[in-house]
Amino acid sequence: MLTFVLKRLTFSIPVLLGILVVTFILARAIPGDPCIAVLGERASKEVCESFFRRNGLDQPLPVQFLVYLRNFSQGDLGDSMRFHRPVMELLVERLPTTVELGLFALLFAIAVGVPLGVLSAYRHKSVLDVGMMVGANIGVSMPVFWLGLMLAYLFAVLLKDTPLALPPSGRLTPGANPLPFYDYMGLVAGGEEAAGILIFLSRINTLNAVLTLNGELFVDAIRHLILPAVAVGTIPLAIIARMSRSSVLEVLNQDYVRTARAKGLRERSVVGKHALKNAMLPVITVIGLNFGLVISGAVLTETIFSLTGVGRTLVDSITSRDYTLVQGFTVVIAAGFVIINMVVDIMYGYLDPRIRFN
Amino acid sequence: MANVEPASLSPTGRYRSSNLWLEALRNLLHNPSAILGMGIIGLLVLTALAAPLIATHDPIKTMIGVPGETGRLPSKPPCIPLFGCEDPIHILGLDLNARDLYSRVIYGTRTSLSVGIITISLSIIAGTALGITAGFLGGRVDNVIMRLMDVVLAFPALLLAISIVTILGPGLTNALLGITITFIPQYARLSRASVLSLKEQEFVVAEQALGASPLRIVLGHILPNSITPIVVQGTLGVGTAILDAAALSFLGLGAQPPTPEWGQILSESRNYLFTSPHLVFFPGIAIMITVLGFNLLGDGMRDALDPRLNRN
Repeated sequence: MLTFVLKRLTFSIPVLLGILVVTFILARAIPGDPCIAVLGERASKEVCESFFRRNGLDQPLPVQFLVYLRNFSQGDLGDSMRFHRPVMELLVERLPTTVELGLFALLFAIAVGVPLGVLSAYRHKSVLDVGMMVGANIGVSMPVFWLGLMLAYLFAVLLKDTPLALPPSGRLTPGANPLPFYDYMGLVAGGEEAAGILIFLSRINTLNAVLTLNGELFVDAIRHLILPAVAVGTIPLAIIARMSRSSVLEVLNQDYVRTARAKGLRERSVVGKHALKNAMLPVITVIGLNFGLVISGAVLTETIFSLTGVGRTLVDSITSRDYTLVQGFTVVIAAGFVIINMVVDIMYGYLDPRIRFN
Repeated sequence: MANVEPASLSPTGRYRSSNLWLEALRNLLHNPSAILGMGIIGLLVLTALAAPLIATHDPIKTMIGVPGETGRLPSKPPCIPLFGCEDPIHILGLDLNARDLYSRVIYGTRTSLSVGIITISLSIIAGTALGITAGFLGGRVDNVIMRLMDVVLAFPALLLAISIVTILGPGLTNALLGITITFIPQYARLSRASVLSLKEQEFVVAEQALGASPLRIVLGHILPNSITPIVVQGTLGVGTAILDAAALSFLGLGAQPPTPEWGQILSESRNYLFTSPHLVFFPGIAIMITVLGFNLLGDGMRDALDPRLNRN
């Protein structure tokens, strides 16, 4: 197992390095003068020169890359040219929105998709099965941004004044100013700046609400999360449901399931203990692969639901040519994606020994 | 285990191999989802080809000051005869620039279908070429190509497409190129895998021993034998490519106004969702139906063409 983990880890290093190179090149290749983009059309030559010097843009590209690599290894992603603040700080501020949205979307997709798939496999060719397959096919065919808009219309306009009405934008009711859990618990002395990780965690509203025992805040955060999470989660849900269905179907036809039945085991233990455990392996891979979809979905839905997360910031920064921010955010997202895939692979190897030895 | 006769000894060997394709086609025609998919795609292709005949108006022309136009312009609600509307001049209403939405959606079929099919064709060509080269040559070439593919795959597809389009500049052609690049690794991996398994097969080794050139082996034996999974994957890919193109246009990076493109129409009207929901509703439905058609066909093809599934 250890060899497998080590092999998988070493395999990820060139990919991570490749990501750094590609994002570095991509960010440099964005057309237009960053000086003019940041300082405006009327920036004089001298002002621009000093701007380039300040941001290290007057150095040759290989030198810029090495500096970038050194800074990156120290967690320094440079200063955003648009916000005039460290990219890391912006990331700590905005990533929680995306992480929270992504996790809830995935949770929704798994919690609904897996049981739906298992049930329709178990009732193969029933009305439920056919209906589920039709629904899943429609689900994977919907543009996520369109679904988001339609959900917003349904729950904020058509169902307005009913108990089902849901807010179509923002993370919390305007004016809400939640107390960070580290202040609530007295983890940080008054007047002192909290550590990045604490700020990051406190900005995951649902987590913060739980830690500060604030039920009202929790409900408010969840109510704001439902629509975007359902929008982002629908495509993964359909994929997960289809995968669980076909996987369970395959397992139910295996000899050992027949044997288990022949031994006179109760149906519940045949399905629950023998079939499901083995059927969940491919489902785990699919869940891992869906992280990419969730990130893409977040980029598109954050704009619709006015959420200031990583996706929306990234799209806005592209138009304003904020090199450092685009580079930093892309690297972090892609690296996160690689790490998640690696974890999924290792988990898969742990659960299915055949993978490890191949 | 059935007794398998070597193909060369069987007098009907030739006949059998062509029969396999017939059988696949027959399977396809017996598969309800494939038939439904083909029906949807057929209708869409017809719509795209006959757009000038089906559309009631010029998709780009604003109706302001046009004789016979009455009422408040722009943005008129839909007027569908089926729902009892008496004067259906603009069936799906007018958009915010007073253009006929129905005609725009109809012409949008052309854009979306061509974007989907062109991107996937290009990425299949590039991906298969890379994959076959990597698998056939092996060694360092294989390593370099496949590690490059790994890096491309390490980015979430849409994010990479956004980055590429940002560099190349917004526009439909560049969006098409950006999406193509994100799709290449899939086909490279697929074709490489089949080359690796075919390379060791006896009929390829025999051909090699007879002195056939690598090109002949690739074109005559490896490509025809590895095409099925690529075609299936490609059909499913068209749907995803259409979704990605719509997403890029939605973000303002793809088709530019006034080009009638579904994602672009959605992008233009999304801020008016609460007052004119029809502007958002119809283009979205069009995207969904198109993608659904390709997904259904792809699923059906996988069932009909994948011999591994047939055995169960």
